[in-house]
Amino acid sequence: MEASATVISGDHSALEGSPLSRLPDRALRYGLTALAVAILLLLLYFFIRLIGESHDALSKFGFSFVFGNDWDVSRNIYHGAALVVGTLITSGIALLIGVPVAVATALFLTEMCPRRARPALAMLVDLLAAVPSVVYGLWGVFVLGPKLQPVEKWFADTFSFIPFIGGGGSSITPGNYFIAGLILAIMILPIVSAISREVLATVPAENKEAALALGATRWEMIRMAVLPYARPGITGGAMLGLGRAIGETIAVVLTIGNAPTIGKHIFDQGYSLAAVIANEFGEAANQPLHKSALFAAGLVLFIITLIVNIIARWFVSRGTRGQRGAGGGAIGAVAVGGAGE
Amino acid sequence: MSTGASPLLPHVSGRRRRTDKIMRGLLAAATVIALIPLVLIIYYLLYKGLKAWSGSFFSTDPNGNFFGDPGGVRSAIFGTLEIVGLATLISIPIGIAVALYLTEYGKDHWFASVVRYFVDVMTGVPSIVFGLFIYIVLVVSHTGGSGFAGWKGALALALLMLPIVIRSAEVVLLLVPNSLREAALALGAPRWRVVWRVVLPTARPGLITGSLLAVARGMGETAPLLFTVSLAFGLTGNLNSQMNTLPVQIFTDITNPRNVIVTRAWGAALTLVALVLILNLVARLIARRSRMA
Repeated sequence: MEASATVISGDHSALEGSPLSRLPDRALRYGLTALAVAILLLLLYFFIRLIGESHDALSKFGFSFVFGNDWDVSRNIYHGAALVVGTLITSGIALLIGVPVAVATALFLTEMCPRRARPALAMLVDLLAAVPSVVYGLWGVFVLGPKLQPVEKWFADTFSFIPFIGGGGSSITPGNYFIAGLILAIMILPIVSAISREVLATVPAENKEAALALGATRWEMIRMAVLPYARPGITGGAMLGLGRAIGETIAVVLTIGNAPTIGKHIFDQGYSLAAVIANEFGEAANQPLHKSALFAAGLVLFIITLIVNIIARWFVSRGTRGQRGAGGGAIGAVAVGGAGE
Repeated sequence: MSTGASPLLPHVSGRRRRTDKIMRGLLAAATVIALIPLVLIIYYLLYKGLKAWSGSFFSTDPNGNFFGDPGGVRSAIFGTLEIVGLATLISIPIGIAVALYLTEYGKDHWFASVVRYFVDVMTGVPSIVFGLFIYIVLVVSHTGGSGFAGWKGALALALLMLPIVIRSAEVVLLLVPNSLREAALALGAPRWRVVWRVVLPTARPGLITGSLLAVARGMGETAPLLFTVSLAFGLTGNLNSQMNTLPVQIFTDITNPRNVIVTRAWGAALTLVALVLILNLVARLIARRSRMA
């Protein structure tokens, strides 16, 4: 470029270059914008097509598709309450087990762990996210399910007075709500932990030092200075984990037992929205209504995860407010399995 | 801090000290608990998977015979590499381009925020839904002459990888110091040359790291392939046909009653995890080296 020729000619500087030389710049700018628009439109198009494909089932069954409890392929009736309940129970179990462990791990790594061991330990936790879901399923079917069966029996018999836990001690199968939920807990652990770490790192050192200076023990410092500050962000992380748990397919279809009924207790067999799609997809090929019902299950799944994710993102961005781009950074880092570490 | 009565700090009662110890112990225990599944999974993968890794495991295709040798996983490995390779070729350039739009052009413009928001939402979409999308749009209509096809699976994986690439690339591009951009612009370089010659080369290690992690994520996905590629036994380079892939082969092998086939599933799982872990470790090494520089 003729950067040395600083002569002002006309109404713009020579540095600006001729309109022709700015052409590639314009092209790039509009090209990149068009690309972004195209991706959004593509998503919208997919969404509309999915609605179209589920129309048959939704118009035939209406609200009972979600609230009615009768999923019977042989009679061609698709009332999927059992699927929705299964999805909620398994992801609920995943949250109950996964989130406390994940947050405790994040607290240990940020507040207690020796600085030198931190990256290695954080990487190991993140590696849990690298294990493919089909491998979790394989492990759940052949190792976790059978090995935990006697423990579940003992638990169900011992605590048989607690509703939803006791009852079916002798009828417990290797695949059930609890095993699927436990596998999901392991699968969401790295995500929840990574977001929590990211959020905990934003707690100002002054707050922690102030608590310690007032004579708080380390745990009291965590309880009174760290956790209240980080709560919205951790909530958001847990919600993102919930989104993952709801949408997980392969690990669940292998471990939930695939019975289209609402189980009586957490060690009962069940079904989930994602699992039913994966499992019945093959046989539905020649039955349009069945196929449409599976697409409707996909649509319900999509909408539930969308809502959960939107709430989650709101929490995370509130939790890391004030730091420009920190929320996005946390999500970006987590999306790639903790690359931001 | 201890009982030696310091005049400045109030005495810490035994109960408070005990609570502190117990809670710190619980936090440490939780970290150990979190790592137990990783150890167990790797142990069982090695214990059961290595048995399957015999001579012909990597050199034969599954044959579908009801008796005798069920064959190995050659076609699955190549199928995974072909499909993931194509998905990478699609998602990485588009992903980095969108990230460039966000950091270099869109910035705080409202449309950039909209794009950022939907990309975030996209990361939360279950992978099975991407599979359904492609199934509805491309498989049902027999686009390209065949129903299920490798390239359709690659598209589903690309959709899944795209938000990961965009988000990680944006984080990295934001780290490129503005002074570098300004220096280049001050020398009279047009924007596109600044992007091409200054921003992208500076961010290269980070972009590679994010891309590799996205590839690793796509490689392990089963659900989208189930609806787009389906399954085949033989080795094929034809991306317009049904293909075999590691995740789908593992998935179908798990439900098979024959022990040899379940063993093959463990061997294939070990192979898949090894591939994914290698990609992860390489990505992290690149990230670490670039940070030291």
